[in-house]
Amino acid sequence: MRNPLSKTITTIEPSGIRKFFDIVSEMEDAISLGVGEPDFDTPWHIRDEGIYSLEKGRTFYTSNAGLKELKVEISKYLDRRFGLKYDYNKEMLVTVGGSEAIDIAMRAMLDPGDEVLIPQPSYVSYVPCCVLANGTPVIIELKAEDDFRLTAEELEAAITPKTKLLVLPFPNNPTGAVMEKKDLEAVAEIVEKYDLYVLSDEIYAELTYLENHVSIASLPGMKERTIVINGFSKSHAMTGWRLGYACGPEVILKQMLKIHQFAIMCAPTTSQYAAVEALKNGDEDVAMMRGEYNGRRRYVLKRFQDMGLPCFEPFGAFYAFPCIREFGMTSDEFATELLQSKKVAVVPGTAFGACGEGFLRISYAYSLDDLRTALDRVEEFVTELRENNG
Amino acid sequence: MREKILTFIEKNSRIDLNELAVILGVDETAVMNELEAMEREGIICGYHTLINWDKAGVEKVTALIEVRVTPQRDMGFDKVAERIYNYPEVNSVYLISGGFDLMVTLEGKTLREISQFVTDKLSTLDQVLSTKTNFILKKYKDHGTVMAPRAKDERIMMA
Repeated sequence: MRNPLSKTITTIEPSGIRKFFDIVSEMEDAISLGVGEPDFDTPWHIRDEGIYSLEKGRTFYTSNAGLKELKVEISKYLDRRFGLKYDYNKEMLVTVGGSEAIDIAMRAMLDPGDEVLIPQPSYVSYVPCCVLANGTPVIIELKAEDDFRLTAEELEAAITPKTKLLVLPFPNNPTGAVMEKKDLEAVAEIVEKYDLYVLSDEIYAELTYLENHVSIASLPGMKERTIVINGFSKSHAMTGWRLGYACGPEVILKQMLKIHQFAIMCAPTTSQYAAVEALKNGDEDVAMMRGEYNGRRRYVLKRFQDMGLPCFEPFGAFYAFPCIREFGMTSDEFATELLQSKKVAVVPGTAFGACGEGFLRISYAYSLDDLRTALDRVEEFVTELRENNG
Repeated sequence: MREKILTFIEKNSRIDLNELAVILGVDETAVMNELEAMEREGIICGYHTLINWDKAGVEKVTALIEVRVTPQRDMGFDKVAERIYNYPEVNSVYLISGGFDLMVTLEGKTLREISQFVTDKLSTLDQVLSTKTNFILKKYKDHGTVMAPRAKDERIMMA
């Protein structure tokens, strides 16, 4: 029989989180700090609006780019929160989560041989999406000493004549790093100098704890070079609704819409109606959740300090990224042993790129009680390791 | 800072002082001082426990009693409210706008105990014109907390 598979897909590695998922799901009383989604339920008024739309029989396709009512709200929201001004008619597309937007943006922009700069550690889907779009991923390794921010020097050093697109994943999963305005300005200068485009994944934009998130698209000259990706999953605790959006130059969005139209048709209708309510009346919920995460963030950070594990202060998302190099184990070994001996699941930093070696991703999307229990166990583990290494 | 502290401890008064300080990102001594000051000033009036007595297997009956009263000269409703709230079995007394004046919540061991209080003590007060007793059959949510077991974490454990 002929090989049924494409060469491209077989070269792509499955997600590094998978292995741990298989072990954890077998364990009865494991505690996980591995979850990448909010622990809050979607606020009731938003769910209620989804239910209401079903009761009203709104069960049809929407237009390909999304409900007009929703796009108008997105456009108001982006302006209100980040000073971004997008024409909801021509520069916006409602997608099935931020992940679809990442995929179709790359497919709309890349030709074989085009190089895409991907800073790591970062979310697991940029490299596969790039490869599937026939692009060539070029990794930029971010450093703990820079607080895992992208510097202009690192960026410039990675650029070749083939470089077309820069992925900008901030606030960052898994490190919790943010890029402040001054950092973005330095990056923007290089982007303009080399005539690059930017795919700015801002799905965690609402979860920043230092100051308000700044979008690179809000800097002068950058709007026409940037695709902004955002969504409702993290900000409004709506992961399962699968709803995100992309905004950017009309010329790119038009092509993305084509792919979306043929592959997806439209984002889920119920979710779109719920999202209208989220944007109209959800700002307070977002602020409440941000406040909760912020308290837990401080707690988690303090616990790592007390354990003597180096951990830079994360100012975004809901992750901490402590360093475990002192134990002379790989991240994978550490995570495996922690899981086996203390039944706490964490994600090894290497799941987010080779340069995540020596780090763990700790999610604080958990109640304080759960965090306390889990971190007590991590502390025991670390103490025992030190005694044994003594 | 006061509002931050109050908002947090309103839901979790048992939190360790050191943890509370870490979570709020402030100094531990400052939190302690504020707590003491707010206790002194009567802003914090107590630290109670929310109990689901049904689950504890202890018989309790709670009634919401609507009371119509005659306000008194110079005292308004305060005097009669005081006469009512001084009974230890009375849980709360609120002055209400609308069809009646005072909402009294009462906790007792049995229906009989409550009806006795209403007939013997409450109704016989001179200022009380009428009462209407509503018994609580089931508590779904109390003090912002749903009286149901915590839902299991259904999220995928690694994602």
